[in-house]
Amino acid sequence: MRAVDGVSFSIPVGGTLGLVGESACGKTTTGLMLAHLLEPSAGSIVFDGRDVTMLRGAALRRFRPNIQMIFQDPYTSLNPRLSVAEIVAEPLRINHRGTRSEIDHRVRGLLDAVGLPAEVARRRPQEFSGGQRQRIAIARALALAPRLIVCDEPVSALDMSVQAKILNLLRDLQRQLGVSYLFISHDLSVVRIVADVVAVMYLGRIVETGPAEAVFADPRHPYTQALMAAVPDPYKRSGVTPLPGEVPSNINPPRGCRFAARCPARMPMCEASPPSLHEIEPARRVACFLHHAIPDQDAVGRGTAA
Amino acid sequence: MRDAPLLAVENLRTEFPSPRGVATVLHGVSLTIGRGEAVGMVGESGCGKTMTARSILRIVPPPGRVTAGRVVLDGRDLLALSEGEMAGVRGRRIAMIFQEPGAALNPVISVGEQITDVLRAHHAASRGDARTRAIELLREVGIPDPAARLSAFPHQLSGGTQQRVAIAIALACAPDVLIADEPTTALDVTIQAQILQLLRRLTVDKGLGLLFITHNIGAVAQIADRIIVMYAGRVVEDGSVDAVIDTPQHPYTRALLRAMPTMMARREERLLEIEGQVPDLANPPLGCPFHPRCPAVMAHCGVQDPPLAEMEPGRRVACWLYDHASVRPT
Repeated sequence: MRAVDGVSFSIPVGGTLGLVGESACGKTTTGLMLAHLLEPSAGSIVFDGRDVTMLRGAALRRFRPNIQMIFQDPYTSLNPRLSVAEIVAEPLRINHRGTRSEIDHRVRGLLDAVGLPAEVARRRPQEFSGGQRQRIAIARALALAPRLIVCDEPVSALDMSVQAKILNLLRDLQRQLGVSYLFISHDLSVVRIVADVVAVMYLGRIVETGPAEAVFADPRHPYTQALMAAVPDPYKRSGVTPLPGEVPSNINPPRGCRFAARCPARMPMCEASPPSLHEIEPARRVACFLHHAIPDQDAVGRGTAA
Repeated sequence: MRDAPLLAVENLRTEFPSPRGVATVLHGVSLTIGRGEAVGMVGESGCGKTMTARSILRIVPPPGRVTAGRVVLDGRDLLALSEGEMAGVRGRRIAMIFQEPGAALNPVISVGEQITDVLRAHHAASRGDARTRAIELLREVGIPDPAARLSAFPHQLSGGTQQRVAIAIALACAPDVLIADEPTTALDVTIQAQILQLLRRLTVDKGLGLLFITHNIGAVAQIADRIIVMYAGRVVEDGSVDAVIDTPQHPYTRALLRAMPTMMARREERLLEIEGQVPDLANPPLGCPFHPRCPAVMAHCGVQDPPLAEMEPGRRVACWLYDHASVRPT
């Protein structure tokens, strides 16, 4: 099975790439590969001009601090047996970043940076609300001063008023530290707030990518259009026609465009071969025959079953 | 509809004893639902949405219990019924669907059997009739090729289809009221849109009273006729969807709407944060429970809890900003 198939994107330095799509589209798998928690079977990850895909052993250990991760569920991503200070200090200890007192000092600074009072250091995660736990997770991710943080649905488990606080915090930290984010989310209204560049995934492939403002103002791929129309917006109450059907299985994906079966603009050629992700104007790429007639030669050559 | 609501909840109070004192999780909740009316209930975790649903059905987990109020269905107070009589109300008159359809369905029984079990338990239908009715129900909730789906097990179905099956089971006994507790929260947005449309259609076509519970104001706006906003076990605002969203009156409703990222918001706008946290229900603040976080707080707010006052027919708000007449001298 190809969970992620031929995905290419780049993340701006000090900026945010929003990776959006529904369940099983491959967004989390993509994030895990970037963080070197899963190994891609093909393709490359270039970090700061250097190919880091195949790093192993000591070289990989030296590289890992550059990319850290924040997970969706702050109830399972924090070790319940460690204190907050131990959780935030762990990456520093493992990477021998300073003496005990230097690490203590750094932990206090990190807790302050994420808006937690110093008193929380001795307490354990279960004493905190979801929003505060996510702050702890953010402090841990910042500990090694990474260049990139993979944020996998970081606010999806939080209440609305708490979500706003965490999104504002992530944005403030980016401004102060110049860190880049790969922000993975199923929620377009959240991605719209945080992303500079957006990539929309469907069944393991990117169907559209471009500057967030341009894509949100004028989505070109029929799937992006349907996804945006489906976001329930309190100020847009005229009923939209829901997209019919469900995402097909990616164990034996369709031969042509993977979205064709649900697409309101389907043409005969869509079922024959998949469209390539082609630049339709500067910085904007769309994989759809409505916008260009260029099939994805790679995918045609590869066939369908994996 | 306002004169004879299908379901009327009056001053419902539900309490949980805890080591730190009694937590009042519902603090005098009142609401009505008419036939063919979809009422959306919104609020954040712990505000009492699910507890309202459980109190209506008398399935509050122990040691919690309903300590006051009435739940009137078609003129009959459900809280006064015997447990045996109440069992005849659950499922048959008031049905419920949940957030996780995978957890609500039995994993080792086929979809068809789960529906026919319900039909046979409540209506003593024959096996053949029950099967025919099960196929009809699956068709009604939009499952393609329903006869073939009867033999499927829940794990073979997608989340959206599982929720459709749960809705079919809930409809099996032709209930008057359907309570849907976060039914689309676990689903993808394109599937959520399908389920919202289905619930809306069923409400209108069958004249159901729908209580749609969610934390998602956007979802409620797509489906409901009316919105009820909950905070700390109380109804703080109630009105038509247009009124509550376009002219919110309670400072909490306003803050909630402004904290929400929407597709219309400008990117550079910072999201509004609501300072502080929801109160501890075992040790709530004096006066209005929102006053420690309220940007419009006045001296009186910390003294006395505002009543849920009717501003105009069908529009209620619990806030001293709008109810000077009933402010007692302090």
